[in-house]
Amino acid sequence: MTDILDTPAEPTFRERHASTIRTMRLYARTFRNNGAAMIGLLIIAGFMFLVIFGPSIVPYPEDALGATHIEQKLQPPSAEHWFGTDEVGNDVFTRVVIGARVSLQIGLIITGISMLIGVPLGIIAGYVGGWVEESIMRITDIFLSIPGLILAIAIVGVLGPGIGNAMLAISLVWWPGYVRLVQAKTLSLKSAIYVDAARSMGASKMRIVFVHILPNCLSPIIVKVSMDMGMAILYAASLGFLGLGAQPPFPEWGAMISVGRNYLPDWWWYSFFPGLAIFLTVLGFNLLGDGLRDILDPRGREK
Amino acid sequence: MTDAPVLEIRDYRLNFNTFDGVYHALDGVNLAVGKGQSLGIVGETGCGKSVTVRNVLGLLPSPPAEVVSGEILYNGKDMLKVTPAEMQKIRGIEIAMIFQDPMTYLNPVFTIGTQMVDVILAHQKALDKSVRKNKKQARAHAIEMLRKVHLPNPESQIDRYPHELSGGMRQRVLIAMALSGSPKLLIADEPTTALDVTIQAQILDLIAELVEDMGLSVIIITHDLGVVAKVCDNVAVMYAGQVVEYGTIEEVFGKPKHPYTEGLLKSIPHPGKPPEELYGIPGFLPNLLTPPIGCRFQDRCPKAMEICGTPPKNRNNAAHDRTVLCHLYEEGFEDA
Amino acid sequence: MLETRELTVNFAAKSGGKKAQLTAVNKVNLHIKKGDALGLVGESGSGKSTVGRTILHLNKASSGSIIFDEQDITRLNSTDEKILRRRAQMVFQDPHSALNPRMTIMRSVAEPLILHTKLRGAALREKVGTLLEIVGLQKQFLYRYPHELSGGQKQRVCIARAIALNPELLVLDEPTSALDVSVQAQILEFLKSIQKELDLTYLFISHNLAVIRYVCNRIAVMYLGQIVEQGETEEIFNNPKHPYTKALLEAVPLPEPGQPRRGKPLVGDIPSPLDLPKGCFFNNRCEKAIAGVCDVAPVPTYTLEGGREVRCVLYDPETQRQTA
Repeated sequence: MTDILDTPAEPTFRERHASTIRTMRLYARTFRNNGAAMIGLLIIAGFMFLVIFGPSIVPYPEDALGATHIEQKLQPPSAEHWFGTDEVGNDVFTRVVIGARVSLQIGLIITGISMLIGVPLGIIAGYVGGWVEESIMRITDIFLSIPGLILAIAIVGVLGPGIGNAMLAISLVWWPGYVRLVQAKTLSLKSAIYVDAARSMGASKMRIVFVHILPNCLSPIIVKVSMDMGMAILYAASLGFLGLGAQPPFPEWGAMISVGRNYLPDWWWYSFFPGLAIFLTVLGFNLLGDGLRDILDPRGREK
Repeated sequence: MTDAPVLEIRDYRLNFNTFDGVYHALDGVNLAVGKGQSLGIVGETGCGKSVTVRNVLGLLPSPPAEVVSGEILYNGKDMLKVTPAEMQKIRGIEIAMIFQDPMTYLNPVFTIGTQMVDVILAHQKALDKSVRKNKKQARAHAIEMLRKVHLPNPESQIDRYPHELSGGMRQRVLIAMALSGSPKLLIADEPTTALDVTIQAQILDLIAELVEDMGLSVIIITHDLGVVAKVCDNVAVMYAGQVVEYGTIEEVFGKPKHPYTEGLLKSIPHPGKPPEELYGIPGFLPNLLTPPIGCRFQDRCPKAMEICGTPPKNRNNAAHDRTVLCHLYEEGFEDA
Repeated sequence: MLETRELTVNFAAKSGGKKAQLTAVNKVNLHIKKGDALGLVGESGSGKSTVGRTILHLNKASSGSIIFDEQDITRLNSTDEKILRRRAQMVFQDPHSALNPRMTIMRSVAEPLILHTKLRGAALREKVGTLLEIVGLQKQFLYRYPHELSGGQKQRVCIARAIALNPELLVLDEPTSALDVSVQAQILEFLKSIQKELDLTYLFISHNLAVIRYVCNRIAVMYLGQIVEQGETEEIFNNPKHPYTKALLEAVPLPEPGQPRRGKPLVGDIPSPLDLPKGCFFNNRCEKAIAGVCDVAPVPTYTLEGGREVRCVLYDPETQRQTA
């Protein structure tokens, strides 16, 4: 103990982060004990594998953006075409795998834009208070009171169909959730004693927001993002299905189902496999989000 | 003690199985409360004083709690072995419990009358399944109980909601509710910690009155030595999951034997005397995941000896009904 | 050194759906000399914490003034406020919530230094280490998080943070009430010793009379936002004048055998600050209340011999009621 006191030497990485390491191990263990969360993690791991290695493992990369092999159209699942082929003879497996990439992009962009709008507004509303908070929260309420998908459809209707406009529209209906979450958290943190302590030491408002409030908001934001990823993908697929999002032959799962449903029930594989992909992805993100909430949010966690 | 004790805890050992390993929460606790007596259990955070009494009413979930050995005898019946159905007939009727923060134990959406009537009817039902509900009678009983705890205007207060009452009044309501089944034993876990001093004085006065008038046995768990000295006959001082000293208030507070009790008494500023040097017990509570071998207080004890590395045995002085868990008294002790 | 003159703090509150004004601190006059430790004692709702928070500008004063070193600090521009922040610091009741859970001890203690000095890097680390040593913690705590420390250790960290800038005034808001008695003893001893060493002035807020008696040389007793009695500690303990002070002293159970089981506890509850009694705020609980006097007009504060201040009509020099 005395040598620690005597040597002002730079502590090692392990020493400095010993507590973080221990916390991480506790998190890992809590997570491992949660069966549902582990299934979610497995699904998302598989999903990420397809996102990263998809283009190099698919058998017919040229089918991704719509080639034409009319001679092998609508073939059932087989050794060459695991998921069968579609009406122009493209390999459904290839398109579903490439679709993972598209879905991840969609999810990240939508949650990203929503966070960029929602988190600052939430912090401003919660921290400043007064009429600023009133106006931000009432606008948020108006957005929340309209069913999201319908509003998104209306927005796309104005902007015109397309994957870009669909993502923009969904982001515009998605941010209010983040405002709500962050505002509530900021309100409770604002009266935390350590924030008072920082004020009494003369910390500026900016410092209080960025050093004391924002880092303590991170856990619920992370949980919400992971839950929202799945839902955002589902929304985008819905718009695609309605013909308002990605347009065929773009390899987006919703758009694929939209075309594929015309070929039901005889050529079921055409819409079944994209549907299965959506189902698994949404399920995976939700289970993962639940698991993250269990470890990051100590309330409701059993000791 | 001539009478058989109402509650007796014998060689009680309890572990918690946690992420970090086995936490040895209680190690050989022995306690007894006689009829019409009040026992104070004092100790600092983490000494196991609350855990000791939780399982009297089967309130510790298992896992993580695991009873290793011992028995908790209530009138000769082992409370660790009763069935849930039997426990229903004991909770609130034979033994009642009140807690630190009265607000947490009152439902904010019902009036105190509704809650008290529910409790009273539940007690009746537990005793006799065939009994018919008589809300009017139960309400009259509730008002009577509220009067007993000196709640002003019980007839009108009974229709109030918990948030309309002050902290002191809520604690009175909780005591009334606990006493509505006319229990023989009341366990109060930090009953006055959340209250102001002048209100605390009122509640302590009430508890003393109940012991006197109703012949109730009381166990008070607290960290406040003053509270124990004021209302209890006997006191058990706990440290790190063990009762280190037990005896009457006069003996333990007047002539403390265990070095921990001595340190504790020297560490509180006395409100009635001009300041003297305070004695802060050096060091920290041992980690009960890996409790020290031998005396659990040895690392902090000013009188530690070589022999303290071996577990001390309880030294009893039967004449004075006094126990000390310390090697200093291996040879026994004469007077108290 | 520090003085409050008629300091009043109002809060907006709602009562029965209507907007109401809650006067948490009601024309409080305090005076603390350099090197003094003034104990501010009172029960919940007495406004004792609000006084401390207002002096440090965590609450706004509604009227009256705060004088710090002959300078009116009630309203300050931001530069002057920054200087005040260096000279006066606060230690809060619950050390656990007074530390940001996502900051290491190193960062928490370094915060005032980062805000007010140019110390950075190794020099900063050195300084934080020294501060921890002063409060009796080893350097190994530097990179721990608050949840890994015990209550006493956390309170030591908070004290280290408060003394980092060598302040002159420390406002201690119930610094030991969340701690165990043996730890409390350590912290009290330590607070007493650094007061001498670092030449500090304390405003010590507590509900615990024994703790106040131990640390403070002067006491002010608060009840419902008003100071009812103020004077030298030992004089007040030995000879309390105000009926409320007497009741408060009697209500404390003593840690010694042979106390009477039953006493005559003060009757009734503390009135709601939204619904204050007329006249003397204590008249509805006071044994000595005089009908027609105490419940009519507000009571002024009388200064007695030896500088004792009492807000009670019994001590009105003109009527000399206390002899009657």
